[in-house]
Amino acid sequence: MAEIEIKTAPADFRFPTTNQTRHCFTRYVEFHRCVSAKGDEAAECDKFAKYYRSLCPAEWVDKWNEQRENGTFAGPL
Amino acid sequence: MILRSLECRFLTIALCDAAEPWQLGSQDAATPMMQGIIDLHHDIFFFLILILVFVSRMLVRALWHFNEQTNPIPQRIVHGTTIEIIRTIFPSVILLFIAIPSFALLYSMDGVLVDPAITIKAIGHQWYRTYEYSDYNSSDEQSLTFDSYTIPEDDPELGQSRLLEVDNRVVVPAKTHLRMIVTPADVPHSWAVPSSGVKCDAVPGRSNLTSISVQREGVYYGQCSEIRGTNHAFTPIVVEAVTLKDYADWVSNQLILQTN
Ligand SMILES: [Cu+2]
Repeated sequence: MAEIEIKTAPADFRFPTTNQTRHCFTRYVEFHRCVSAKGDEAAECDKFAKYYRSLCPAEWVDKWNEQRENGTFAGPL
Repeated sequence: MILRSLECRFLTIALCDAAEPWQLGSQDAATPMMQGIIDLHHDIFFFLILILVFVSRMLVRALWHFNEQTNPIPQRIVHGTTIEIIRTIFPSVILLFIAIPSFALLYSMDGVLVDPAITIKAIGHQWYRTYEYSDYNSSDEQSLTFDSYTIPEDDPELGQSRLLEVDNRVVVPAKTHLRMIVTPADVPHSWAVPSSGVKCDAVPGRSNLTSISVQREGVYYGQCSEIRGTNHAFTPIVVEAVTLKDYADWVSNQLILQTN
């Protein structure tokens, strides 16, 4: 790995407050909806994946991944 | 000790980015936000002293002139329109002069709608912090994450501050817009760095955002400010601001280290 790209999830006008919990959750849901609509390999979905990985604590992502596998995820997928 | 803190205040050899013994004022500003906070403090202090002098004068004057010896028969004025108008309008004007810069600062501080360059997650634990730099991930597998533990009391090397130094510092680029996402994994915490003017609560199940832009390279010290549980006061935060290039090098090195 030579050069890293300094880039992160942009500010989102839907989430202008200090509380960014929903920002992270929404990006996670958006990614999985994108994947289920366009298939696993769709390149358009990559940006959503980058966004939620930047915004969500790893622990939350792990928990949600587990919940999706068990079919108990609370979000609209 | 007093000399040292005076030195810190007036003879700026090195800027104050950590707490000093017997320190009275703020640490030196490293972000525009902290500069704004210090300026507001000074602005308000002007009015504070004005009010203190005025009220003390009235109080002393009243005690001096109106007592049993000098004025045995009290006057019974119960109403005075002019004085009542003045003493209503004048304090409101003072409050207005305090409120305007105060709100201006408040709203400039939650500049959430500026696109940041880097997102760093500070995850509070009892009694350490995990930092996640996930902008460079290519899967849900974390690629750059580390724990930041206090250096124990009997362990610091020469030049390290007691109970204020950590083993792994948070490295950030200077003069770059940073998004700090603050959340805990157990009890509430608070991510606070006085020099950068940031104190962001970490509430379980919620992630809070605070944006900072450190203006100069340096090492900034802070401590957890939501102290729940024994020894919780000893959870320091150390931010090391470097140039953007050094930051990029650091990230690539960390990525190589952590993936191997
Ligand atoms: Cu804490």
